[in-house]
Amino acid sequence: MHGENYPKVYLYRRIVKAKLFIDENFAGDIDLDHIADEAFFSKFHFIRLFKNTYAKTPHQYLTVVRIERSKLLLKDNKPIAEICYAVGFDSISSFTGLFKRLTGQTPSAYQQLQKKIREEIKTTPLKHIPNCFAEMKGWTQNSNFEEVH
Amino acid sequence: MITRLNHVSIFVLNQDSAYDFYVNKLGFKVHTDAPMGPGMRWLTVCPPEQPELELSLMSIDAGMMFTKESAEAMRKLVSAGTFGFGVFECNDLLATYEELKAKGVEFTKPPKQEFYGFEALFKDDSGNWFSLGQKAK
Repeated sequence: MHGENYPKVYLYRRIVKAKLFIDENFAGDIDLDHIADEAFFSKFHFIRLFKNTYAKTPHQYLTVVRIERSKLLLKDNKPIAEICYAVGFDSISSFTGLFKRLTGQTPSAYQQLQKKIREEIKTTPLKHIPNCFAEMKGWTQNSNFEEVH
Repeated sequence: MITRLNHVSIFVLNQDSAYDFYVNKLGFKVHTDAPMGPGMRWLTVCPPEQPELELSLMSIDAGMMFTKESAEAMRKLVSAGTFGFGVFECNDLLATYEELKAKGVEFTKPPKQEFYGFEALFKDDSGNWFSLGQKAK
């Protein structure tokens, strides 16, 4: 089995198309029927094939994509309520609950931690770089990284 | 005693372009992105399920690591596809192959069943090549 001639290439391309559709449209009000339609599958068949390929149902994958995108927005210090709706959740409590279940911390705690890391990278970036690399790059000779920013 | 690997270096021709490749195409997560002075940047990314393994996307610049001549030689070697920096793994090779192709990743070998496993080969934006194998189910 190799190249473009593997069995059921058309099935894989449709499943991948559905996954990419979720990746691009996660913030909107999409539902399984809509995603299955995009891939030209029946809902049951679609869920089964998607789970076989990605070890998650389409709904589980959609949740993961939304949570991962919310992490990027939390790093940018956006307000939590704004992030919740921006990534496609319709309630702050469900967003917070899912975020905590998937990451082990609340959105607020995650945001605070990222803020701390960001400040640390700004003022003392060498804490985040193995010393051998920092020395090879000549960075240990410059101690005032705040001027860089 | 050595217990694990936590950093590995991948030499790239351009860190901005490498960021786009590894993060936006391969789906890796940014671990550290620290400006270190004019034209200098410490950039590491991780595969989605290995947040503790940092792949350092290293620029090739004359300085303490490279002389002007060795930097030029290294850039030529990288863009010629000399280096294979590692083997990545995925749950479903055919699905991953279709997705990465749709995102513009160049494969030098499509998925093929070899005696050692099911494998494809792809290149990054600098020319480095990688094996991509399917995890045994």
